[in-house]
This record gives sequence, structure tokens and C-alpha cells, in this order.
Amino acid sequence: MLRTLAARLPALALALLLAVGLVALAAPEAAAQVNPRDASVQEEQLLRALQGGGAVAGRVSIPDAGAANLIKPDNKGWASIQGTTLRVISVAAVLVTLAILAVFYAYRGRIRIDAGFSGRLIERFNGFERFGHWLLAVSFVVLAVTGLNFVVGRWTLLPIVGEEMFGTLSGWFKIAHNYMAWPFMLGLVWVFVTWVGRNLPRKVDLDWLKVGGGLFTPGLHPPAGKFNAGQKLLFWMVIIGGVGLSYSGIIMLFPWLAATPADWQFWQVVHALFAAFMSVVIFGHIYIGSLGMQGAFDAMGSGKVDENWAKEHHSLWVEEVRAAERASGTKAPASPTPAE
Amino acid sequence: MARMKFLCDADRCIECNACVTACKNEHEVPWGINRRRVVTINDGLPGERSVSMACMHCVDAPCAAVCPVDCFYTTADAVVLHNKDTCIGCGYCFFACPFGAPQYPQVGNFGTRGKMDKCTYCAGGPEEDMSQAEYVKYGANRLAEGKLPLCAEMCSTKSLLAGDGDIIAEIYRERVVTRGYGSGAWGWRTAYGDTVTV
Repeated sequence: MLRTLAARLPALALALLLAVGLVALAAPEAAAQVNPRDASVQEEQLLRALQGGGAVAGRVSIPDAGAANLIKPDNKGWASIQGTTLRVISVAAVLVTLAILAVFYAYRGRIRIDAGFSGRLIERFNGFERFGHWLLAVSFVVLAVTGLNFVVGRWTLLPIVGEEMFGTLSGWFKIAHNYMAWPFMLGLVWVFVTWVGRNLPRKVDLDWLKVGGGLFTPGLHPPAGKFNAGQKLLFWMVIIGGVGLSYSGIIMLFPWLAATPADWQFWQVVHALFAAFMSVVIFGHIYIGSLGMQGAFDAMGSGKVDENWAKEHHSLWVEEVRAAERASGTKAPASPTPAE
Repeated sequence: MARMKFLCDADRCIECNACVTACKNEHEVPWGINRRRVVTINDGLPGERSVSMACMHCVDAPCAAVCPVDCFYTTADAVVLHNKDTCIGCGYCFFACPFGAPQYPQVGNFGTRGKMDKCTYCAGGPEEDMSQAEYVKYGANRLAEGKLPLCAEMCSTKSLLAGDGDIIAEIYRERVVTRGYGSGAWGWRTAYGDTVTV
């Protein structure tokens, strides 16, 4: 055995020498690697490494885990979107829409019933339908006004009422906005369930759209069902817009639902854009349902519309109602006095 | 006039949290709120750095830009303060701040947060200087007494510097030149758009 060891000794010595040599070579490198000065992390390096999204983060000794984020430069990007871009978009949306409506009114005036009031009424919307509509409408208006205050209030209302009053008002507006969200969502579901069947696209809608619904041509009355193509478009815009607003709104009502603060920022921007879009749409809707068209408001006001109005604007629906009357052998309840 | 800034020398900070404790004590900061905190990068690894972070009192403060009720204002010393009476606790300033400075004392329904609280550079708020009302809402007003923020005064290694931006930049520059290394003025590029060149 000793002889084997002796024979192996030179090889062993060589191996040892090599090992020592390797360690000697590696040691200064290893020492350099753990030298904190050389491995010093510079803010510039970390910011370059972030490259769009992300935070310089570390460890904190306090329970608030969010405090571990040291610097998140991208937040300034959201700040400028919120402070500048969204403000401009919201203001532009409101002003441009009002301008377009004013021009349209100047051009077309109030759309009259060509045949005049007949004095006979047809029931268009029953109590159930009207309740859902007004629940949605009133809550939307409150949400829109209080929401608009978030975006442009400090430039419009604040100079008028002063800082103290504006702070108090805005506090109440925020509470109103948070609470009115729920009747709005209920109204949205109500309206969807009530009218989705009536708002499915039909061939007649295409023909209606081709002539612009007769909006720009006095005397032209393309046939339409209970809801014409314009109303169907409105219905789907309200549903989609309303769902978008509800989803993003809920995330803002319960901020922990957002996975990260960056997600919250995204949904906040979505909320503001959808809100601007919906305001445009509803301005047009309110216009046509009140000032824009004679006899239109009655549909939601009392639920009963003048027969001539119905024949001119929803001829197919009138036929449907009359056919149902004939089938059941009864006349639909309507008062003979004109709706005034 | 002086342009007030904070500079935390990350190579000197030993994570003792004296700045955190000093601030909490001086201003009787509510539970759960930390106006100043110490963050340790690369903890336990080569290149471990600790940085003390609070409101940086930015140029063109993004918090002020997004506030729906415009409750922020900048003093002559370039300190960014806000009015708690006007604040509606919407939380926007927290999402706008790159440094996570705004904090909120409450957890309520529908994300109700209470009034935002943050580092005031020991400069109080819009209430009358050194009044009881100011102390209760915003904490001590050291700047009105001609003193600098307590966090920097209490720093055990003098890593956290507070004062006129040019002066503390010069102090930091001298240090870096003398000792031969420095990881830079953390947060300066994001907050002020410039940095300390050595």
C-alpha cells in the first residue's frame, strides 16, 4: 500500500500545486467581487435597467410592504396623463358636442310632427321601463357632474367659489359619486334586461342608417320598429360604456382589487375616457329626447306618445301594436285627450 | 431664496432609522403612517445600499398636477405642502408620486382614506406658523424657527442632508471626491430633473 501511495505522490503533489495555483488566481477576483465599492449600484444604472415600467425596490423594516418601492419614475407619466391629457379630452368632448348640437339645432330646428298632433295616444313605455330608464338617467347625470368636477373642477368651480367651499363641495361630490354608482349599475342591469330583445339589429336598421334616419331631410320618415337604428346604437353604447365605467369604477372603489398600482392607473384612465365618451353620447340623447324632437319626451314622461308621432318615427312598431290589438280584440288603453 | 432639497448619501446610510423615529416623534405622526422610511437595496448582497426616502419636494410636483381640488402649494423655499382642509382623500397624489410619499390614515368604505399626510420638510402647513392648529394637523414647523428638518439633523452618520440644494450638492460632491466613490444623489433626476455631477 505504501508503494502505491509513493507512486501516486508526484501526481498528488501536482494536483495540490494546481489547486493552490487556481485558488490564488481566483481569490483576488472573488475578493474584488465582494468589494462593495466595486459592486456599488448607481441610481443611473438601476433606472436604465428599469426600461419602462417597474420600480427601484428594496427591503423595509415597517409593515407597509408598499413602502419598499423606492423610486417609480413611471408614476410621473400617469400624472401628466391625468393632469393634462384627460383634462383636455374631457373639456373638448363636452364643448365640441355642445357646439355640434347647437349647429344642428340651428340647421334643422325642432323636428316637428309633420301631420300634427292627432290627439290619440299609444302606450310606448310602461312603468317598469320608465322606472329603469329614469333610475339610470338621474344617477348618470349625478355621476357625470360629480365626476367632471374631479377632472376640471379646480379650473372651473374653484375660482368661482374659493378654496374652502370648493374643498367641502368636492368632498360631498366624491361621496355622491361613490354612492350613486350603485343605483347606476342597478339601472344598467334593469335597462339591459328590459330592452335587449328589442335592440337586436335587423335589416330595416341598415336602411334607416343609409338615409341618416331622416335627421337631415325634413319630411323623410324611414320605417323603424320600437327602437330605430340610432336608438339601438345608443343602447349598445350605453351598455358597453356603462359596463366599462362600472368595472373600472369598482376597481377604484375597492383599490385593493387592482393587482398593482399600475393597474389602478390603467383603469382610472379607462374610466375617464369612457366617461368622456358617454357624456358625448348622452348629450345627444338628452337633446333629441327633449328640445330636438317634438313629442319625443312623452315617451319617457308619461309613457304615452301621440299616434302621428309614432307613425312618422316608428311605423313598424305602430303596426305591431295595432296587430296585437286586433288579435286580442281589445283596444290598447289610451286617453283621447292630447298629451300636453 | 434657498431651494430646499433632500440628499441621502446611500454609501453612508447604515439603516439605523433614526430619521424615521425622529420624524414620527417630532410631528406625532398617526399610527400606520411613515412620512420617512429607509429602503435597503440588494439587502445582504454585494452592493447593499440603504436610502432614506420621504417627499422629495419635486420641481413640477406630480402630486400637485393631479390633485382634483388643487390642495398643494409650493412655498418660496420650494417646499411642496398641502392643505388638509381642502384634501378630499381621493388618493390620486399617491399614484402620481414616484417616491410613495403621500400616505393616508384611514381604511374606510369605498376606498375612503382620510386626509393625505406626508413629509412637510418640517415646514408645517397653511395654518399660522407654530400655532397649535398647525401642529395638530401638520406637525412641527422648524423652518419658521430657522432650523432644518429634524431627520437630517438626527442622522447618525450625516448621510441624510437637508438644506439648500446647491449647498448639499457641494457637500456631497466633496465627499465623493475625497473618498473616491459615490452611488449618486438618489431620486434627484426624477424629482428635480438634474443630478449631482462629480
